Amino acid sequence: MIRQLFLILICLAFGEIIVYFTGIKIPSSIIGMLLLTAGLKLKIIKLKWVHSIADFLLDNMVFFFIPPGVAIMCYLDIISNELVPILAAIFGSTILVLISTSFTHQILRKIKFKKLTEDKK
Amino acid sequence: MKLISEPYMLLTITVGIYWLIKHLQNKTNSVFLNPILITIIIVISILEFTGVSYKTYHESGKYIEFFLKPSIVALGVPLYLQLSKIKKQVIPIVISQLVGSVVGIISGVLIAKWLGASHDVIISIAPKSVTTPIAIDISSAIGGIPSLTASMVVIVGIFGSVTGFKILQLFKVKNPISKSLSMGTAGHGLGTAEAMAVSQRFGAYSSMGLILNGLFTAFLTPIILRILGLI
Repeated sequence: MIRQLFLILICLAFGEIIVYFTGIKIPSSIIGMLLLTAGLKLKIIKLKWVHSIADFLLDNMVFFFIPPGVAIMCYLDIISNELVPILAAIFGSTILVLISTSFTHQILRKIKFKKLTEDKK
Repeated sequence: MKLISEPYMLLTITVGIYWLIKHLQNKTNSVFLNPILITIIIVISILEFTGVSYKTYHESGKYIEFFLKPSIVALGVPLYLQLSKIKKQVIPIVISQLVGSVVGIISGVLIAKWLGASHDVIISIAPKSVTTPIAIDISSAIGGIPSLTASMVVIVGIFGSVTGFKILQLFKVKNPISKSLSMGTAGHGLGTAEAMAVSQRFGAYSSMGLILNGLFTAFLTPIILRILGLI
């Protein structure tokens, strides 16, 4: 388990180092994630070395959202003052993202499959 | 009331309430018993009732929050496992994620602006569709209020996970990959958890949506806000 923890943390640490030295505006966690994927792909890291900690972290991801969620209490005044724009933006935009993403993907997949079947003919 | 401020007390309360609600939800299968939403409401009520400030709560909460960044790193595992599948359909996935990311940033910001939100709120809303650690980092990079962004992210996630599949059904989206992908795009970790509850495969594609939208939004938010003249 310690090795598992170490590997996750070192990916994150390298992410932090890269952000520190390059000043790029990408979260260190995303860089760490890409480093982990690259490490697995290049077989530097074996899947079984990170498997169980990854399962633990991913299975409980929702739970880790609770403290930042509780932080809403600090902004109850801003949120209640601007309740309508905030909720409209959140609900409206989330629906638009759902629809635009799924429609685009569905259409592109259909086109791709049509092409594939035509190629086969 | 000093005793309740101790980290072990607040951690026990948080973990205990979450476990209880999750247990009840598993038993009753009720959509109203959303564990994260109910836990947040109960914890806030307890804090308000006992007069414990968020700052004090955060002294305990940070131990839970600590795991958020490692859990994003851990998404590298499903990403690696899906690499071969993704390669086969890289164009539909990447283009639809780009569309989702751009639509998410622009629509959130413009709706808030049209309805008269203040500048801080508009900026903080821009990265709302992506997972908390990424959204927080984007928010601070573009001059928003990171913890306000975090609150928005959680509301987005709860809304997306509760209504997402119903909305997709309403708009007659049939392809399961398109559905699960967009759950991750629109509802980040909470949407992914919802998709994961349907099946591992749904969850895998949803985490793909979460990851790619996180990446694209991190790159695109500063650019789009600059084009819109907001920063």
